[in-house]
Amino acid sequence: MIPFDYRRPGNPAEAVATVIDHEGAAFLGGGTNLVDHMKLGITEPRMLVDVSRLPLDRVTETAGGGLRIGATVRNSDLAAHPWVRRNCPVLSRALLAGASPQLRNTATVGGNLLQRTRCPYFQDLTTACNKREPGSGCAAIGGYNRDHAVLGASEHCIATHPSDMAVAMLVLDAAVVTLGPGGERTLPLAGFHRLPGDAPHRDTVLEHGELITAVELPQLPFARRSAYRKVRDRASYAFALVSVAAALELEGGTVREIRLAFGGLAHKPWRARLAEEALRGAPATEESFRHAADVELAAARPRDGNAFKVPMARNTLVSVLRGLVNGAERVRTDRTEEDR
Amino acid sequence: MDARITLHVDGDERPLTLDTRVTLLDALRDRLSVTAPKKGCDHGQCGACTVLLDGRRTLSCLTFAVAQDGAEVVTAAGLASYDGEPHPVQRAFLENDALQCGYCTPGQICSAIGMLAEAASGHPSHATPELADAGGRDGPGGGPGAPGGPDGARRTTAPVVLDDAEIRERMSGNLCRCGAYVNILAALRDHGATGVTA
Ligand SMILES: Cc1cc2nc3c(=O)[nH]c(=O)nc-3n(C[C@H](O)[C@H](O)[C@H](O)COP(=O)(O)OP(=O)(O)OC[C@H]3O[C@@H](n4cnc5c(N)ncnc54)[C@H](O)[C@@H]3O)c2cc1C
Ligand code: FES
Ligand code: FES
Repeated sequence: MIPFDYRRPGNPAEAVATVIDHEGAAFLGGGTNLVDHMKLGITEPRMLVDVSRLPLDRVTETAGGGLRIGATVRNSDLAAHPWVRRNCPVLSRALLAGASPQLRNTATVGGNLLQRTRCPYFQDLTTACNKREPGSGCAAIGGYNRDHAVLGASEHCIATHPSDMAVAMLVLDAAVVTLGPGGERTLPLAGFHRLPGDAPHRDTVLEHGELITAVELPQLPFARRSAYRKVRDRASYAFALVSVAAALELEGGTVREIRLAFGGLAHKPWRARLAEEALRGAPATEESFRHAADVELAAARPRDGNAFKVPMARNTLVSVLRGLVNGAERVRTDRTEEDR
Repeated sequence: MDARITLHVDGDERPLTLDTRVTLLDALRDRLSVTAPKKGCDHGQCGACTVLLDGRRTLSCLTFAVAQDGAEVVTAAGLASYDGEPHPVQRAFLENDALQCGYCTPGQICSAIGMLAEAASGHPSHATPELADAGGRDGPGGGPGAPGGPDGARRTTAPVVLDDAEIRERMSGNLCRCGAYVNILAALRDHGATGVTA
């Protein structure tokens, strides 16, 4: 690890100015990803600008009935927030499916969005990786690629994005608020993470020195009926092979509104818009769910090691939607009993 | 680059000058000779380095000491009372044979204490039923909200019932290569049932 200077700015504007003024400076959140990468030599900042104590640790309801989540809110506190648990269980469940309790106590919302791939070649300096070292190649193509992408990959990179939280936020139509050299801007989360293309070293559209200050969730009443399912190699403390986030609104037996996203399948959290389109107005049956999953996954291009992800993604999606429909039925039954 | 910081470790004020590259774990072990927290993996994957940082369980291997200037750190070595009486969680580990080689144990114990406090303040885990399931009335489409807690800033909902599934999930951030899990579970089951947190 190369020597670095450490700064603790007092406010967001000072944090942005400090990073812009110093070449090789990086923001430090909880450090659970960045410190690891500095130990591994993946990144070598010459200055850390600690933003973890900035006054961005509030969760507040917005005038429009949504939620504004400060960038330094800890993952565990967001998962426990009563508004989140009540109005969008998908987000609480996704957070609680990620990492470990100790890590969630430290990890921030901003850092979670910007965590980098867990591709083993990205973490191993002795191998080729276009994400770590542009132009060096991709050892995962033709190598170990069990954990890798089946959607939206390129011949330059087949890494996946590891965040669970971001997959849930995607179905909630979240927006990322940033402060950068050009002032404040609000980016839809759907356009925040990039596909690899020929520049896989860039995970997101953020510019150097651009600070995430908040994530905003609009009001989405039907997200009360939402769920997150994560399939992994062990019951806890493991990254997703495949995950599904879903929010569903039914009208009788028909899908009125729906939001779907996959984790573990692509270089970014993957909003399943084709599946959503196929389901809007369709009967809420297993058959429609299976069809919708197939429509979305028709573009999948699996590699030697990860072909299992395609049926796994389809089955998980179907199972999550079936669970949401059954849950709705159960709630209705409960009500009837209550009314008696 | 050197930085001058002060850590409060197990009740003592410990000023020190160290390179910014030193993690909290290395500062504790190598600079302050507080060797209770262990280095299992140094990459956030095992939990052996768990300490209570300003009251919350945290991995000391993934934070730089300089970023914790002024913090209150409690390690497993600082849990006994002044007259040497072990902490109730430490006693439960002893009584239940909840260790074999002992390497993961200081991390397990700090993690367990943090875990009991989180559960008492209503923090959910992946094993906790959703509010809708728990209440049965707070389902999609309406119903009363979760009871907001007046007692304590982090209190969010009713205390969690620590059954075996909850304890396993909540302790899943601490690996044990000896496989002492069965007795760790037994030690913590006592606490879950009696609600002992301190
Ligand atoms: C063993 C292990 C298992 C894990 N398992 C999971 C899992 O199952 N699911 C999952 O989702 N995650 C998992 N994680 C990852 C964890 O969620 C992330 O490490 C964490 O969310 C990162 O947050 P942080 O605040 O610590 O970020 P940091 O490490 O501080 O920062 C990460 C990046 O974000 C930048 N940054 C931080 N804050 C800001 C900001 N406000 N504005 C702009 N840039 C910023 C930093 O410069 C850095 O590039 C795991 C981690 C470990 C170590
Ligand atoms: S040494 Fe910190 S988690 Fe393993
Ligand atoms: S007791 Fe040996 S590692 Fe847990």
